[in-house]
Amino acid sequence: MSAATAPSAATAPSAVAASTAGTVAIEGLTVAYRGRPVLRDIDLAIAPRERVALVGPNGAGKSTLLRAVAGLVEPAVGSIRLGGASLRSLDRLSIARRLAVVPQLPMLPFATTVEDVVALGRLPHEHPIRGLRPADRAAVAAAIDRVGVGHLLGRDARELSLGERQLVLLAMAVAQAAPLLLLDEPTVHLDLRHQVEVMELLVDLNVRDGTTILAVLHDLRLAAHFFPRVVVLDHGRRVADDAPRAALAPDRIRETFGVDPAHVGELASSPQAGDGP
Amino acid sequence: MSSRVDAAGGPAASVVGAALPARRAGSRLRHALARRPVALAASGGLGLLAMLVAGVAAGSVAVPIEQTIAILGHHLLGLDVAQTWTAAQATIVMELRLPRVLTAMTVGLGLAVAGATFQGILRNPLADPYVLGTASGAALGAAIAVLIPVRALVLEFGLIHGLAFLGALGAVVLVYRLSRVSGHGQMTSLLLTGYAVASLLAAGLAMAMYLSGAGLRQIFAYLLGGFDAATWGRLAAAMPLVLGASVLIMLRARSLNGLLLGEEAAAHLGVDVRRERTVLLGLASLATAAAVTVSGLIGFVGLVAPHVVRLVVGPNARLVLPLAAIFGAILMVGADLAARLVGEIPVGVVTAVVGAPFFLVLLRRARTGYEL
Repeated sequence: MSAATAPSAATAPSAVAASTAGTVAIEGLTVAYRGRPVLRDIDLAIAPRERVALVGPNGAGKSTLLRAVAGLVEPAVGSIRLGGASLRSLDRLSIARRLAVVPQLPMLPFATTVEDVVALGRLPHEHPIRGLRPADRAAVAAAIDRVGVGHLLGRDARELSLGERQLVLLAMAVAQAAPLLLLDEPTVHLDLRHQVEVMELLVDLNVRDGTTILAVLHDLRLAAHFFPRVVVLDHGRRVADDAPRAALAPDRIRETFGVDPAHVGELASSPQAGDGP
Repeated sequence: MSSRVDAAGGPAASVVGAALPARRAGSRLRHALARRPVALAASGGLGLLAMLVAGVAAGSVAVPIEQTIAILGHHLLGLDVAQTWTAAQATIVMELRLPRVLTAMTVGLGLAVAGATFQGILRNPLADPYVLGTASGAALGAAIAVLIPVRALVLEFGLIHGLAFLGALGAVVLVYRLSRVSGHGQMTSLLLTGYAVASLLAAGLAMAMYLSGAGLRQIFAYLLGGFDAATWGRLAAAMPLVLGASVLIMLRARSLNGLLLGEEAAAHLGVDVRRERTVLLGLASLATAAAVTVSGLIGFVGLVAPHVVRLVVGPNARLVLPLAAIFGAILMVGADLAARLVGEIPVGVVTAVVGAPFFLVLLRRARTGYEL
């Protein structure tokens, strides 16, 4: 990873008390869409500075779990606490200072440059009247540098490829500098090199800045390689929650994903995955 | 990660906006301008002042510029200047032209801010202040007022103004309530409902015009819009509504910026989308209703002004809203001036002649799809 960019004050989480910042505590969470349960009785505790991969087959409820943590879907039963505070008691601005989400690729209605998009990450921090202050601009510049989208500056975000846009939105979430970062399939449109680079960036954000990471991933190899903890969801239930080798054991892969483990290959944890807490 | 990209040849800019790739001069100019919003606003303010003087000086009876400035300085600022003007000139400037020009500015400002707001909330570059039925509601209200043989005036306001204002607000409320019942996505539903209600109101307007007989010309004049009936009293009623709503919208620029990336991303960025949407739609509708009540229906300014500003400074609502306000005001005074100089043709004709080609250019430039 780059040694050139030291974690600056602007990108370090500071809004919430350091001891509980970035923690997620989910208890007995059940979420239903139109009466159909999508998540059933989920318990999940994520400590500060943890790096957690969320995997599971399509429709297992991974995205819904992220949306619930982000406060976009109301739990039918159960509670979610962010950094020690009940999600229900937090307004949108407080939530945005506690967690950043890499959003889905949006349709932009107007010509919007890459730096305009990344600067949106500072919305929760900027001055209500004056807008971006020098510290915000520094955070934006640092995020652009860190995600490596500097060569896209000045371009209309609508003209970028899907992969480039995904990186720009990641830079936006990095600029938001929240103690918890949620990602839903952050590598789906990326080529192999950028997939690995995004994973390495997540490790770096986690290890150096102390950002808690919760990422939905489809690629089990990336999950096993870069994450020390893997949570497996199936039919809305948490069926495994362990180090990659245990969580993604051959039996589990056969049972949950319906695939012969031989197709997945050896899911070796790298030494990097052990860097975390 | 950056080091890898650097190694691969990509320049890593350390400061946003600086070290832009020499890709497009237009983009660089845009950024140079966007970084000087105060200079832009100041030159806009000067332009506004110049338009004010020009708008007051020109007309069927021209008042020389220096006398115009002297009259304005004497009456507005209390300057002690030697009187070189006639009483008639003072009356023309103070009682006829000044309220007219200030009304045009107020209406242009309100429509531009409302247009920028509707475009931002609906995430649709083709939205204008009338997209939620304000125009059709006001038109129907005015037409009905013409049909009613009561000519009561309260503080310079006739039935036509009252019903136009109520019609404009009533149409928006109707559209908003109906759209919440529909099953579509919120914003798509608003647009579709707005279209349906506007069509219905247009049918009512056609009926009213059919029945109006001698009042047809009056209805027509309202539909085309204009400032020839501007008075201090009407201005005094419309201006606080327009300015108040516009300032409150500008204070919520953050929400409009968040909505750039869609409602879900806006929520992640700390915007209470449901509340902000309702408040912003309400404020923009109020500004629009107040504007159409004193001016009639004037198209294109509310659509075009925000886009021109966005071409210069980008989509940041913190810059777009105030600059569009200034530009909309200038544009409207200019259109009114042109209309007067051509010989009292309706202002709506001028804005359409200028605005429609611009709209077509805009459509051609639009590369990516819109949500409806």
